[in-house]
Amino acid sequence: MSVLVYIESENGTFKKSALEVASYGRCVANSLNTSLCALVFNSKDNATLGAYGVNKVLNVESTHPFTAEAHSNALKQAVDKEQSTVVILSNSANSKYLAPLLASDLKAGYVPNVVEAPSSTSPFVVKRSVFSNKAFCNTEISTPIKIIGISNNAFGLVEQVVDITTEAFELENISSKIRVEGVDKATDKVSIADADIVVSAGRGLKGPENWGMIEELADVLGAATACSKPVSDLGWRPHSEHVGQTGKPVATNLYIAIGISGAIQHLAGVNSSKTKVVINTDPEAPFFKAADYGIVGDAFEVVPKLIEKLRAFKTQNA
Amino acid sequence: MHSKFNFFLYFRGIDKTTQTMKILVCISHVPDTTSKINFTNDNTGFDTTGVQFVINPNDEFGLTRAMWFKERQNATVDVVNVGGPETEPTLRKALAIGADAAIRVNTPATDGFAVAQELTKIAKEGDYDLIIAGRESIDYNGGMVPGIIASNLKASFVNNCIQLDIEGDNATAVREIDGGKETLNTTLPLVIGGQKGLVEESDLKIPNMRGIMMARKKPLTVLEPNENQDFTTSISFEKPEPKGAIKLVDAENIDELINLLHNEAKVI
Ligand SMILES: Cc1cc2nc3c(=O)[nH]c(=O)nc-3n(C[C@H](O)[C@H](O)[C@H](O)COP(=O)(O)OP(=O)(O)OC[C@H]3O[C@@H](n4cnc5c(N)ncnc54)[C@H](O)[C@@H]3O)c2cc1C
Repeated sequence: MSVLVYIESENGTFKKSALEVASYGRCVANSLNTSLCALVFNSKDNATLGAYGVNKVLNVESTHPFTAEAHSNALKQAVDKEQSTVVILSNSANSKYLAPLLASDLKAGYVPNVVEAPSSTSPFVVKRSVFSNKAFCNTEISTPIKIIGISNNAFGLVEQVVDITTEAFELENISSKIRVEGVDKATDKVSIADADIVVSAGRGLKGPENWGMIEELADVLGAATACSKPVSDLGWRPHSEHVGQTGKPVATNLYIAIGISGAIQHLAGVNSSKTKVVINTDPEAPFFKAADYGIVGDAFEVVPKLIEKLRAFKTQNA
Repeated sequence: MHSKFNFFLYFRGIDKTTQTMKILVCISHVPDTTSKINFTNDNTGFDTTGVQFVINPNDEFGLTRAMWFKERQNATVDVVNVGGPETEPTLRKALAIGADAAIRVNTPATDGFAVAQELTKIAKEGDYDLIIAGRESIDYNGGMVPGIIASNLKASFVNNCIQLDIEGDNATAVREIDGGKETLNTTLPLVIGGQKGLVEESDLKIPNMRGIMMARKKPLTVLEPNENQDFTTSISFEKPEPKGAIKLVDAENIDELINLLHNEAKVI
C-alpha cells in the first residue's frame, strides 16, 4: 500500500502547489500508516520533496510535452507498481485535465477542490468546495482507489523531513491521440493559478489605457493581474484574466480588488482567497461585505500612492 | 464520419467532407449564477426553493459553437441531460436555441462518474463524431464528465477548450493552460470540456419566438438509466463561516493598510 502524489514542475522547479500536494500526501500517509511516493518528470532536486514527507520518487525522464493521456497513463503504471490506494493531484489545468482519464482507467472515485485533510479515512471522507465556493460538501469516496485534487493554498505547506530514495521509472507504451502543436505562455509573468497575490481590476478603471498602474502594482508585489468579466468582454483585457464563477477561480493569499463592485458571480470565484482588499469609490459596493480590508476612495488616487508606499516598504524590508 | 456507413461511402469514392458531422452536447441543468445557496434536511440536500435553473454557462458556450458547426458545416446537433423531469425546460431551451433533438436520461445526477457512464452509453449508441460538455458544472464543480466519457470511448479529449475547428476528421483545438494556451491537433471522434472563449460572449444564442415554437415540435426522448453505482456520495453540506467585519482604512493613510497586510494578515 502507499499514497501517490503527482508532482508538477515549472521551468525545472517544483510548483508551490506541488509541494502542497506533497504536504497533503504526507498527512494522508500518516493517517493510513503507509509510505508516500511521488511521480515526477525530469526531477533534479529530490531532496526538496523529502522535506515535505516524500519517501520515494519515481522519476521519469521524458522529452515529450505534457499530454493528459500520457501522464494519466504514467500515474496508472505508478499506482500499479506501488499499490497506491490514494492518488493526490493539484487543481492545476493539467491535473484537472488528466484526473478524469485516470479515474476512468482505475475505476476510482475522484473528488476535486478539496480544502482540508480527510475527516476520516475509513470511510474516506473529504471536504470540497461546491457551488463555485458558495458552499462546502463533505463527500465520501467509496471505491478501493481514491483520487483527490486539492485546492491551492487551502492545506498549506507542511514540512516533515523523511529519508528519500529515487528510482528511475521507465514507462511502457506512452502515447497520446493528441499532438501538441504549440504553446503560447508568458514566461516572465506569474499565472493566476500559481500566484500568491492577485491584483484585479474592474470596470471602475474606465478603460484599457488605465491598466498601467495595475500592472505596476502587480509588479511591485510579484502578483498576477486579473479582471472582472465585463472588462474581458469589452476587450480591455484578455479573456485569460477573467476571474469569477465563469472565469478562473482564484485561491490566493492576497486578492486586491480595484474598481470591482463585487457581484455574486465575481465573489463566488475569488472568495476562497485568504485575505481580500477592496478599493472602491462607492462605500455601498457589495465587495465591502466580503473583504477583510477596504479603502473607500478613487483608484486613480489610491493606487499610485499604494505603489509608492509599497516600493518604500519593499526596499526597507529587502 | 467514423461510422461503418460512412466508411463504405468513403470506399465508393464519395467525398467524406460532404458527410454530416454528428454532434452531441451534454447539458447540465444548474442554479442560475445569482442563486443564494441554501440546504435542507439537516444540511443533506440542496434547497431549490426560489432557485432558477439554467443551462450550465460552460455548456452554453459549447452549444453555441455546435450551432456554428450546424450552420457552416451542416452538422446535426443533439443535446442530452441526465436528470429528472424538472430538467426538461432546460433541454427545451437548448432545442429553441437550435438543437435538433433532445434526450433525457431519467435519473438524478448525483455522482459525476455515474453521469458520465450514462452519457457514454448515449454517445456510443448515437455514434457521434464530436461530444461537447462543459469543463465543469457550476453546481458541484466536478469537472470529470467529459474526460471520463472520452476515456470510456477511447476518443481524443481536450479540456478547457477555448477554440475548436474541424475539417473532415481533423480537429484543431486550443486549450487554456495556467498562464497561457496550447494549440492541439487530433482526430475525431473527439470529446471536449468547453468554456468561455469557444465563442464570444456576445455571440451566445438566445432563443427567439420562432425557435421556441419550433422547439415544441422537436423530439425529446426519455430513456431509463442503467444500473450505475455511485463512486462518491455527498454526505452533508456546509456554508462558509460568516466573515468578520471589514477593517476600513482611510484613503489618506496607506501606511496603515501596508501595516495591516504585513503584521496582521502577514501576506506581504
Ligand atoms: C451568468 C453570469 C456569469 C457571470 N460570471 C462572472 C464572473 O465569472 N466574473 C465576474 O467578474 N463577473 C461575472 N458576471 C458579471 C457580474 O454580474 C458583474 O456584472 C461584474 O462582475 C461587474 O464587474 P465590475 O465589478 O468590473 O463592474 P461594475 O459592477 O460596473 O463595478 C464597477 C465598480 O467600480 C467602482 N468605481 C468606479 N469608478 C471608480 C474609481 N475611480 N475608483 C474606484 N472604484 C471605482 C464602482 O463604484 C463600481 O463598484 C457574470 C454575470 C452573469 C449573468
